[in-house]
Amino acid sequence: MPGIKSFGAYVPRRRLQRDAVYQANRWFAPGLKGLAKGERAIANWDEDSVTMAVEAARDCLRDHSSAEVATVLLASTSLPFADRQNAGIVKEALNLSDAVGTLDCGGSQKAGTTMLIQAFHAAAAGPVLALASEKRRARPASEDELVNGDAAAGLLLTAEDGIARLIGTHSVSVDFIDHFRPSGAEFDYGWESRWIREEGHGKLAHEAVAGVLEANEVAAGDISRFIAAIPGKGAAASLAKKAGIRAEAVVDDLSAVLGHAGTAQPLLLLAHALESAGPGEKLLVVGFGQGADAILLETTPAIADRRSSGGVSASLARSCPESNYMKYLAFAGHLQLELGKRAEFEQKPVLTALYRNRKAVMALVGGRCTRTGTIQFPRSEISVNQNDAAVGTQEDYPLADRPAKILTFTADNLTYTPDPPGYYGMIEFEGGGRMMAEFTDADPEAIEVGAPMRMMFRVKDRDQRSGFIKYFWKAVPAAGSN
Amino acid sequence: MANGIRDKVAILGMGCARFGERWEDDADQLMVEAYLEAMTDAGIEASQIDAAWLSVGFDAMNIGPSGIPAAIALRLPNVAVTKVENYCASGTEAFRGAVYAVASGAADIALAVGVEKLKDTGYGGLPVRTRGTTFDMIGVVGSAPGNFAQLASAYRAKHGIGRDELKRAMAHVSVKSHANGAKNPKAHLRKVIDMDTALNAPMIAEPLGLYDCCGVSDGAAVAIVTTPEIARALGKKDLVTVKALQLAVSNGWELQGNGWDGSYFHTTRIAAAKAYREAGITDPGKQVGLMEVHDCFSITELVTMEDLHISEEGKGWRDVLDGRFDADGSNPCQIDGGLKCFGHPIGASGIRMIYENYLQLLGRAGERQRSTPPQFCLSHNLGGMPNQNVAAIAIVGMAGA
Repeated sequence: MPGIKSFGAYVPRRRLQRDAVYQANRWFAPGLKGLAKGERAIANWDEDSVTMAVEAARDCLRDHSSAEVATVLLASTSLPFADRQNAGIVKEALNLSDAVGTLDCGGSQKAGTTMLIQAFHAAAAGPVLALASEKRRARPASEDELVNGDAAAGLLLTAEDGIARLIGTHSVSVDFIDHFRPSGAEFDYGWESRWIREEGHGKLAHEAVAGVLEANEVAAGDISRFIAAIPGKGAAASLAKKAGIRAEAVVDDLSAVLGHAGTAQPLLLLAHALESAGPGEKLLVVGFGQGADAILLETTPAIADRRSSGGVSASLARSCPESNYMKYLAFAGHLQLELGKRAEFEQKPVLTALYRNRKAVMALVGGRCTRTGTIQFPRSEISVNQNDAAVGTQEDYPLADRPAKILTFTADNLTYTPDPPGYYGMIEFEGGGRMMAEFTDADPEAIEVGAPMRMMFRVKDRDQRSGFIKYFWKAVPAAGSN
Repeated sequence: MANGIRDKVAILGMGCARFGERWEDDADQLMVEAYLEAMTDAGIEASQIDAAWLSVGFDAMNIGPSGIPAAIALRLPNVAVTKVENYCASGTEAFRGAVYAVASGAADIALAVGVEKLKDTGYGGLPVRTRGTTFDMIGVVGSAPGNFAQLASAYRAKHGIGRDELKRAMAHVSVKSHANGAKNPKAHLRKVIDMDTALNAPMIAEPLGLYDCCGVSDGAAVAIVTTPEIARALGKKDLVTVKALQLAVSNGWELQGNGWDGSYFHTTRIAAAKAYREAGITDPGKQVGLMEVHDCFSITELVTMEDLHISEEGKGWRDVLDGRFDADGSNPCQIDGGLKCFGHPIGASGIRMIYENYLQLLGRAGERQRSTPPQFCLSHNLGGMPNQNVAAIAIVGMAGA
């Protein structure tokens, strides 16, 4: 049977304090008080569902060769491009071979589990990197604003059992409209939660759960981890109770520390469960949205060999509380701040040049001189080596996974950035190569000459006129990073 | 090695517009102001000019492309006018074009005009602009202060200097230039400031505060050059000649190679060594009596003292605090106020620096005149940013010096 070979996750570092959201909105929406506890993950201004998917994928592939990947699937309902394959951007950032398949999956909150089911099937033809990532927009002062969370997760699926093998799946597809968002619209339009709970979760999701247990002849009481990625307090617990699954089997839905990451939530919770699961455990994953998917898995003895670092826990640990609701609103695009004239800088994309330089720009691939070993970024026809300006000797040299150190830096209050001051400086990679880089997720105390940094794929700029998003790599403090 | 241009070219006349926020003037008026002063100084007619070079740093802005704007503004007699742009070193680049034309014998009299109209952008500081298609995808545009501020971080790390100590030395650089600028009627900023004002100013780009940054100004400057023989034939007695003119341009090593630590200017060191050799200077600390360096930021001036081999490496900040570069010090630097206070109309700055050295050599610098005449006067004009730049050095002195 196909199985999971590896898992990974990415949760952005900033955690919006829900009480700060409530305090800012209580004059208008006092009813939000009940949700005003804990924190939710919010993307930095330079993160979107593509950049988060890249980081989750890198975490997932950390101990694996990227050459193992045959297909990249990306599920999300908040992808930045409606027509330019987002999974293709992820593929470029991961520096995967051009000979891989890529596909975006979306259109419903259950797209994460639906993709996963298809990915298990596809794994027979070659390893599938199944990613889900979400940065959903919600109106200020809405419940979703407090409930949602930005995050991504990824699973590497293969034809073999891996650390968890697939037992079976069951899908229910019904045009049950708990909420909808027309193409091009900014926000969701939802219906009454009591109806969703009773007719949606209580019946449709239950049908999927009961269906998968029955079809695979697994007793509900044998489920050791029930992973129902359904937002709302008690939703998973009542679903478990109705199906006869033990209450202790219901996993922590991370709503207190992360929020609900839409299509990414089932993969995220599954990855979290795999971090601590022992061999022989039965895991049941549920995704909901216009019906429901249920996926039944069983961990194998190989789970004992899973790596001990990274994953959801490490990503959750890399955190920084954010109590500035205004900052969140600005980052999420709900506030039009006066950006100043320096923000008028032309960011028009040059698609021909981007295509020519895609390895350097999208994958941070530099050059290594095969004669002298000189490493440089970007690569060039003539080597930068001052003692041997060798011509045409360079080979690709990926730098994205190389640790780096700060050589020079500043915190710039003059230059335009959505998150001033703008931190940037020169960094030097372990083993050679250097570049001037923007720093992100930066604190003043983490930025000093010699401080360790790691690279992350981020939004460099957004062109206001064309809407194009320029991606590139930035340096983030390695301290406190997984 | 080529034997250089020492004493092959003399300065016939120079002019400089008042620098500042010239709200009432276009680039044309600024150029004309400098040009008329230079022509009167040179004592020639427009018909005697054989060729001209125009320098503008932000070449796509304001005056637009080509050498035509200078030809039209100055009504030059259909001679060759070449526009040059080499970042903030553009002024020295235009001067170099004119000097080389005379040195080669291709022109008897050549003119260099530098101009910049920066106060038409609608905001303070230098305009934000593209740095090329590839750079814009993988580079960091940042701001000028942000790029130069990084020198301080690396200089501190390399020499083990505390942030506050270096900040004091940087403040001294600016306090000194303000004191000098106050005595210069053409300077943009003419207010004396104290250490506390400099130290407590708003932060622009860590650790550069407002007073660590030079003025962004409108302005123009003109140099007219010829051979010493023609200058004498035209009745000039005290001749200022060009002793050295050198440019060094980064080839990517600092930014992409291995070895540069970010605390100094690789190019300035190269240009300085070549210029001293060309001028016949063996002990710069003693022989270079006056310096106009590219003090776009206080930290730039500080490390430049070392790159020009005036201060020992790692000791420049002490020399600054000891007053060595003050107007009454042993090696005055920015006696006219520098970029800091005279102002920095990019394309004009390199020529403005030579203008001050020219006036000082001829004893025409008014209230700020140095009492003991210097043997050699150096100007250092820098374009770009620490990790990728154009360093230009011009050394002038009296003929025979």
